[in-house]
Amino acid sequence: MSIQNDSKSNRLRTFPGVQAIRNFLKDTRAKTGIIIFTFFSLIAILAPVLTPYNPNDNNFVPLTPPSLQHWLGTTGNGQDVFSQFVWGARTSLSIGLLAGLISTVLSVLIGMYPGYRGGWMDRIFDTITNVFLVIPSLPLIIVISSYVHSAGPWVIVFVIGLTGWAGGARVLRAQTLTYRNRDFISAAKLGGSSELRILVWEIVPNMLSLIISNFMFGTLGAILAEAGLEFLGLGNVSVVSWGTMLYWSDSGGALLMGAWWWLLPEGLAIALFGMSLALMNFGIDQLTNPRLRSDSLNKKKARIKRRESNANI
Amino acid sequence: MRYFAQRFGFFILSLWAAITINFLLPRFMPGNPAEVMITRYQGRLNPLVLHSLELQFGISHQPLWQQYVTYVQNMIHGQFGLSITYYPVPVISVIENSLPWTLGLAGTATVVSSILGVLLGIFAAWKRGGMADTLLPVVTTFTSAIPYQWLALLLLYIFGFSLGWFPTAHSYSATLSPSLHPAFIGNVLDHAILPATTMIVTALGGWLLGMRNNMIHTLGEDYVVFAEAKGVTQKRLKYMYAARNAMLPSLTGFGMALGFVVGGSVLVESVFSYPGIGYQLVTAVQNEDYPLMQGLFLIIAVSVLLANFIVEMLYGKLDPRVKKGGAGRS
Repeated sequence: MSIQNDSKSNRLRTFPGVQAIRNFLKDTRAKTGIIIFTFFSLIAILAPVLTPYNPNDNNFVPLTPPSLQHWLGTTGNGQDVFSQFVWGARTSLSIGLLAGLISTVLSVLIGMYPGYRGGWMDRIFDTITNVFLVIPSLPLIIVISSYVHSAGPWVIVFVIGLTGWAGGARVLRAQTLTYRNRDFISAAKLGGSSELRILVWEIVPNMLSLIISNFMFGTLGAILAEAGLEFLGLGNVSVVSWGTMLYWSDSGGALLMGAWWWLLPEGLAIALFGMSLALMNFGIDQLTNPRLRSDSLNKKKARIKRRESNANI
Repeated sequence: MRYFAQRFGFFILSLWAAITINFLLPRFMPGNPAEVMITRYQGRLNPLVLHSLELQFGISHQPLWQQYVTYVQNMIHGQFGLSITYYPVPVISVIENSLPWTLGLAGTATVVSSILGVLLGIFAAWKRGGMADTLLPVVTTFTSAIPYQWLALLLLYIFGFSLGWFPTAHSYSATLSPSLHPAFIGNVLDHAILPATTMIVTALGGWLLGMRNNMIHTLGEDYVVFAEAKGVTQKRLKYMYAARNAMLPSLTGFGMALGFVVGGSVLVESVFSYPGIGYQLVTAVQNEDYPLMQGLFLIIAVSVLLANFIVEMLYGKLDPRVKKGGAGRS
């Protein structure tokens, strides 16, 4: 009974609670990240409300610069860039988040479960992970998509998700190994919890921040990969996404025509959205690794400590 | 020696995996893409070539394992078949012509960005909490999230098209012929600057952040504190004590970074029409030139694997702990 209580309190203590969220929000970078992330998510969710025109409607005068009618001008094919941008956000963010989710789930399954079990199973899966880690993923994604002709968004999600798990699996496995022989795990084992239960209820909560950060970088990678694939014309170019916008503006010679408004928004948006994920990750990093904290309190502490150590000598 | 054998074994294993992926993909894709390609070229290519294509892509009545054995044998001997795009040039000579360009471009970009990133990382960590330390990581999170192709297009437009400072395409001017003449080398460098800058800018952030975090970790180690107390000069402490050790994890990242750079170089080369492996890969994909595509993929994989292998060997020399298997690396 006491053993179970022990493991329970342990879980409560380590589960990222209110205090963790408060700490997270204290970080300016994380806050900025959340604001940018929310901004783009809202655009994507509210796409039907925000757009004055159908993104595929090509009845406008081609290549008009930004104006009151067309906030971001029109494309060389006579579509409204703003409408494309907003609907493109929906496609690109969905692809990115879904592919990031798939690769994270795979990382957790392939990295953590065998890592926890150990033995031959761990050896096999660890080797597979390392092999996939060194096989360059974008060329692999390109090769796979070229066999599937004009891959739609769903295919792209799966291809990116299925090829992007190795890095995460390696990190998660390494971390799982450090938990395997901790006291609270042994306690849970003695308490008669099943392997799966221990993994899901004892180890996963402890590694939640690592898993979330894995998901964020997975999403970032997926959005960039999607943009790359679509840019090369390997996806379905009639779907409106930030990647296909880049494709059309490049093949339509946007910059040569001086139509900067056709190329700038989507590239900038990809970079900003990616940045927001990385910024939020800073906040998470500081939660798990107090040494990286750069807030004033920590600096003061460090200064005092240094002065003390100087004084002692 | 055991370490070497282990690493070499892993190299062979991953090479085998790359070949097997190449073999399996067209055979298990829905709608048999290779068959579509071959029927498209029916009557346009020499029947003998068509037959060898059929064998290469699994349109035969042989059992799968037999096809596999022949396939692996062909790959090991560098027999990748004939390119359809450049028919009747064999795939291997297309590779021979384009590989040096990519190795030069992506290799230089990786070396420059890693050195620059590591130095900036040392700097940021040393001036912990200062202006540079707060700004650099944030700025580089932006630069590393920039899509390669977008940055490439912007640079191409601004510095190539508008300002006319750099050439806008290819790896050297058509009026020159390849030689070791300084004028030619200068011309090649001129052509490489924009694509290399694209890769350096986007790759810098990863190096910087990784190095900064390792450096901060190392600066907190007891031996560094002890050295400082002992009166080691600041400069020596920064580079010889902290940075040297903090650099080791960055080094293992090197091989993986190469993989990313090669991926990025596909997009960059395609924007700048730079005649490297990446550009050829895009050409192959657009022309449904599957033999060329397979050969290129294999060569890309082999280059990254080899680079990894070399780094692992170096790592074993630099950090003797890994040879004893103490660090828990497999």
